[in-house]
Amino acid sequence: MALLEIASPTFEWLELAPVLLVLAGGCLGVLVEALFPRAWRFTAQVAVIELTVLAAFVVLVANYRAHRSGILAMGSIALDGPTYIMWGSLLIFGLLGMLVFSERHLDNGASVFTPAASSIPGSVHEAEALTARLEHSEVFPLALFSLAGMMVFLAATDLLTMFVGLEVMSLPLYLLSAMARRRRLLSQEAALKYFLLGAFSSAFFLFGMALLYGYAGSFDLKAIDAAITSPYYGPGLLYVGLAMLAIGMLFKIGVVPFHNWVPDVYVGAPTPVTGFMAVCTKLAAVGATARVFFVALGAERWSWQPTMAVLAVLTMALGAILALTQTDIKRMLAYSSIAHAGFLLTAIVGANADPGVQVNSMGSIMFYLIAYGFATIAAFAIITMVRNSAGEVTAISGWAGLGRKSPILAGIFAFLMLSFAGIPLTGGFIGKWAVFSAAWRGGFPWLVVAAIAFSLIAAYFYLRVIVVMFFAEPAQSVVVGRASGMTWVPVVLGVVASVYLGLFPGQLLDLVSASSVFLR
Amino acid sequence: MTVPWLTILGLIPLLGAAVLCLPMKQVAKGVGLAFALATALVGFVVAALFTGGANLSESVPWIPAFGASWSLGLDGMGLMMVLLTVVLTPAVLLAEWKLADTSGGGWGARAFFGLVLALESLSLFVFLADDVLLFYLFFEATLIPMYFLIGGFGGANRSYAAVKFLLFSLAGGLIMLFSVIGLYAESTRQFGAPSYLLADLAKLQLDPNTGMLLMLGFLIAFIIKAPMVPVHTWLPTAAEESTPGTSVLLVGVLDKIGTFGMIKFCLYLFPDASRSVGPIMIVLALVSILYGAVAAIGSQNLLRLVAYTSVSHFGFMVLGIYSFTTAGVSGTIFYMLNHGFSTAALFLVLGFLISRRGSAMVDAYGGVQKVAPVLTGSLLLAGLSALALPGMSSFVSEFMVLAGAWSREPWVAAVAALGTVLAAVYVLLMFQRTMTGPVTDQVREHITTDLNGREKLVVVPLIGVILFLGILPQVALSVIEPTAVATLTQARVTDPVPLHGKEAK
Repeated sequence: MALLEIASPTFEWLELAPVLLVLAGGCLGVLVEALFPRAWRFTAQVAVIELTVLAAFVVLVANYRAHRSGILAMGSIALDGPTYIMWGSLLIFGLLGMLVFSERHLDNGASVFTPAASSIPGSVHEAEALTARLEHSEVFPLALFSLAGMMVFLAATDLLTMFVGLEVMSLPLYLLSAMARRRRLLSQEAALKYFLLGAFSSAFFLFGMALLYGYAGSFDLKAIDAAITSPYYGPGLLYVGLAMLAIGMLFKIGVVPFHNWVPDVYVGAPTPVTGFMAVCTKLAAVGATARVFFVALGAERWSWQPTMAVLAVLTMALGAILALTQTDIKRMLAYSSIAHAGFLLTAIVGANADPGVQVNSMGSIMFYLIAYGFATIAAFAIITMVRNSAGEVTAISGWAGLGRKSPILAGIFAFLMLSFAGIPLTGGFIGKWAVFSAAWRGGFPWLVVAAIAFSLIAAYFYLRVIVVMFFAEPAQSVVVGRASGMTWVPVVLGVVASVYLGLFPGQLLDLVSASSVFLR
Repeated sequence: MTVPWLTILGLIPLLGAAVLCLPMKQVAKGVGLAFALATALVGFVVAALFTGGANLSESVPWIPAFGASWSLGLDGMGLMMVLLTVVLTPAVLLAEWKLADTSGGGWGARAFFGLVLALESLSLFVFLADDVLLFYLFFEATLIPMYFLIGGFGGANRSYAAVKFLLFSLAGGLIMLFSVIGLYAESTRQFGAPSYLLADLAKLQLDPNTGMLLMLGFLIAFIIKAPMVPVHTWLPTAAEESTPGTSVLLVGVLDKIGTFGMIKFCLYLFPDASRSVGPIMIVLALVSILYGAVAAIGSQNLLRLVAYTSVSHFGFMVLGIYSFTTAGVSGTIFYMLNHGFSTAALFLVLGFLISRRGSAMVDAYGGVQKVAPVLTGSLLLAGLSALALPGMSSFVSEFMVLAGAWSREPWVAAVAALGTVLAAVYVLLMFQRTMTGPVTDQVREHITTDLNGREKLVVVPLIGVILFLGILPQVALSVIEPTAVATLTQARVTDPVPLHGKEAK
């Protein structure tokens, strides 16, 4: 009888290789921790991350050139245009972010991570670890696992896989946030906050998922879409499920009113981790949100667009206005990242999906994320370099007169601020233009008006940093640390990419527009 | 393969700015000036080619997804602005030859020269762009070097002035961004594919509301840029705090983008909407003329005074545009050129004066003519040009603007004429208070030298141009008029027929 005949699961090894390689790299990192002598671990880990991410990237490009695509792993992962673009950018940003992890020249040969994360801050145990110059080289496999989670999260076509991706992505980040070498209490507090709120939002996601399952009878995004077009049940389950799912996802993007964790975590986490999170988490979460809302809930967009538009306005407003009052540069960038989440949301609200030459919502979102990512990675890398005897100087007043101490570094940072502000001839401007035009063409010109108004407010606080750097009297005892290539490579790449995307955005725009269609 | 003259023209100063990034101590100023002169040379070649009838337009696809292209072109108005820019830049560099060494905390002459060249390049592209997105990009990008020029060199409050300037301009720019995106959406909807080419956009069929909204986005940006009352307040602050050279570029070149844009974009792309805001713009222009003049009379600071005279003059220019007559629009374009030279002369001569005395306040002077006669004479000529004395080029343009306004609405011309009377008051009062009378002790102590060779080299050509165009305005007007006629044809207005021709029947 055919009763026991179980079809063997199909698993497209080659297509999934980028994710698998990153996961394998993470496992390899764990083995390195166990098998290598302490003195070699750090170097070995750096080699592992570089090799695995590069290998994954090469395979990804090879797959893209061979036009491999489709719904993989028994209908749970979609390898489509957006997945290619976002996996590629995740790998690049992940690698750049992790390079900054491995900087040891700025702090007398020590990394930014605490030597003994489980010790009580200020305890004897910690002091011993410091003297013994211990290191947590586990941060690298943790980051790789998180990266793999992000890749699964944004490519998943069913909610269950998505949830697994979400958790694999988040758990290592909670840990990484707690591992700052300096100001450890702050770091631990940030991590605890992040963990509690993150777990809470995951619960929302899970609940929403269950309700949608109840409504559609399936976790599959396509099936949910089908259920919406020919409903069997009334919309009650759908609306509540949709809202809860949205809460879980918008939390990760940092959309108001689910943004509370962002400033504390950005400040408390070690700066390289902040850079990594600011770019990669946002990218993965926005990608997954867009997939869920466009693929599964696209038919229901009339009911979520207005709410989302209001959230976008609130997010832009709160991010831009509160950033005005910040005196700490990491906190300011945290609020700025909230404002940017609002700008991104305008394109999701626009929800227009015309293929062809025009830049549609998904294309504009991907361009924006890439332009924002390069600038952000570089900006946080620069923050690690501005120091005094107690470590990084994150008070904006401490950056006074940086333009005279190190004109090149200050010039680069000023340029990045201009890119954030969306001044023309930077990548940031083209990104803004793209998302705003997507919102307009989706029928939301008023949202563009609001977004432009908040762009002006946002421009003011970015400018303030430039004013302080160039036109204020130099602050005492603040120096620009002599960093190695591990920090300089992301900085230089980030700024070069921002310039290039500002001057010649055509290629990337064509690429993202051509790859903006979700497979269903 | 044709030579892309316009691209070359815009890139030379940018190359100069890049070269000045290299460390060089002694030769930096010489290198900077050489690049500015080379640009001027190419500018004249372009002018010769254009008047010879050559087609200099270039168009290369740039961002196909947005419908944007690297599209440069030249018309009569653009040529005037290009010539103004390429002449004023070397003059400014030469005038700031010594000032730049001493001013600013830690900001050397090299930075000043580099920023000025970068600004020149971006402004040239603004005047040359035939693609709305390209125009917008450069329009916004000019703010950055100007911001650093104001914030890096000048008075004690320069940082505040720079931020004020930037915020006003950015506000305008972002409002314009709204319209720029709107044009993209409209062109995509109507043509099926986006296009930012001016020639294509002029064919858009806009319904009145959309047209008005999009036009307003541009117009508000240009009103802030020009600047007109009540959004002019950034200009006196900026002029007061920055060096005279910076002020020349700010008022002489950058602010012209405002009136330039009104003609090239508002009138050309949105003729119907522009006509319907005409009366409001005329009232705003009159307010600017009178307010600027009165504020100039009351100014105690010489640089602030010149800034207010410019507010008044920009009122005249806007009046000319929105009179919708050939005389008015040609007069405005000519006015833009003349105002550039005459304000430059005024700012730079005052700059020479202030650098000697160390104060910009009117009451710090008195009897300067006895100790520095050449300087006094130059100031008088520059001042007379500012008050539009017959024989000066500014007289021709101001007369044309008034004539254009008269043929549309006589009372408007009558009110505006008050502005010319007040102009005489503010220029002559200022001259009397600072130059004539007994020599004060401070003046005798500080002003020990008259204009030196370098300073004369700056001032003489500027005044020469003013007098030359005053006597032979036809040289410029013959180039300008076709642009004015073309703009008005596109705006679908004809010159009013004189009374006895039509209504008397």
